[in-house]
Amino acid sequence: MLNKTPLYQMHKKYRGKMVNFSNWELPIQYEGILKEHHMVRKKAGIFDVSHMGEIEIKGDKAQDYLQYLLSNDISIISSNQVQYNLMCYPDGGVVDDLIVYKYSPNRFLLVVNAVNIEKDFAWIMDNAFAGLDIQNVSTRYAQLAVQGPEAQKILQSLTSFNLDTIKFFWFNPRVEISGVNCLISRTGYTGEDGFEIYLHPRKAPHLWEEIIKAGGKDICPVGLGARDTLRFEAKLPLYGQEIDRDISPLEAGLVNFIRLDKEDFIGKEALVKQHKQNNHRVLVEFVMNGRGIPRPHYQVKKDNIEIGHVTSGCYSPTLDKNIGLTLINRQYSQPGEEIDIIIRGKRVKAFIQQDVFYKKRTKGIQSQITV
Amino acid sequence: MNIKEGLLYTREHEWIAVDGDQGYVGITDYAQHQLGDIVFVEIPEIDLRINLGESIAVIESVKAAATVFSPVTGTVIKINEELEESPELLNEEPYENYIAVLSINDKNELIQLMNASDYASFCRVLEEEGEEK
Repeated sequence: MLNKTPLYQMHKKYRGKMVNFSNWELPIQYEGILKEHHMVRKKAGIFDVSHMGEIEIKGDKAQDYLQYLLSNDISIISSNQVQYNLMCYPDGGVVDDLIVYKYSPNRFLLVVNAVNIEKDFAWIMDNAFAGLDIQNVSTRYAQLAVQGPEAQKILQSLTSFNLDTIKFFWFNPRVEISGVNCLISRTGYTGEDGFEIYLHPRKAPHLWEEIIKAGGKDICPVGLGARDTLRFEAKLPLYGQEIDRDISPLEAGLVNFIRLDKEDFIGKEALVKQHKQNNHRVLVEFVMNGRGIPRPHYQVKKDNIEIGHVTSGCYSPTLDKNIGLTLINRQYSQPGEEIDIIIRGKRVKAFIQQDVFYKKRTKGIQSQITV
Repeated sequence: MNIKEGLLYTREHEWIAVDGDQGYVGITDYAQHQLGDIVFVEIPEIDLRINLGESIAVIESVKAAATVFSPVTGTVIKINEELEESPELLNEEPYENYIAVLSINDKNELIQLMNASDYASFCRVLEEEGEEK
């Protein structure tokens, strides 16, 4: 039996094509991935991301613990700020990537990937300091994302709270939107400006409908298909593809989110060593030259020798090109390098290029969560 | 969902239009609906000899790649090159846009295929099963 989000009936109502996504029954699309993708780039889209996990950590030592558990420096952000983090194994591989909401130095909310909730919670408990209150509160929240250039205007029409006051990667835990108490942050996974909203599961269908009503022709529901093409075009990493148990955040180019100068954190030693050696694989952009669409896990070869693999790849709707990311031996990572993508047993030409991906239009300095 | 009279259909949602010893092969409206936005078609090469049930083409939607299986054994004698530039034609008019034309080796193989009304019932069952899930 698959899990259903509090918005399941809405997906039926809007004729979502339902699929099994890591044991959640969620829409891959409503009217079509391309249409939904373009709507988010040009107007706005609403996503049900209630499957995401939430883990709450409270206690006097909460901040100290997160400093040890996570890669980034949580002490440098203020209360009501959000921060992107990696949670690593001692060998530098990634348990998960997550965003951390800092209520105060004694209280945090960690938002983790649906596919990793149980693994993450076990890992967080296993490594925990004594005296902390740690709870998996995933079922307490529904989560909506409203993304796109029109997102703010649409949401603003439903609240008297001035959304301008929430800057990029900041949040407010108590904002009333259409009569519903919400936590709202200016965050997202599309490369556009927009918000993520956490609320009581029972209120989710009401708010979903109100947002769609308020958006009118400028908004549409968006499924998992376009969620992936949007995040990919903006080069936002996906666990299991760009980062994984066997791919370190340094290899994925996430060095800005790892404080190697921090006192100690799980994985630090291995990552410092990898950083010093400086001969690890690197993640680079490529563009197809020949005909074909690169897909995750396809082999990458040069002169018939395997030199890496595709982490993500697809037809990019905004750029109208077939593009991908490859985790590749460093010596082949320079722009202009010609490589072969192995598509159904055949070699198809591609070349490494820089800065072909979509330029993000998020509003703020923390906009660099790109791989 | 649209099903065209006069064609023969497979359980994998290909159609074949038989004209003498030749068969025009394409995908059905049901197939294009299931795939979603089609962005790439890998069409076969002329003179490719192909067995019944083997891959005759690969269609990629935004999300995934899908194989088109040949409804008969034969040799590719003509291909629809327009699909290289405009793969979305398979979404727009799946019955007006064939993928390849085969010279059919053995017309007895056609007996196993469904006619339009059988295929319509077949799809209806699939859709009902889908809704029960």
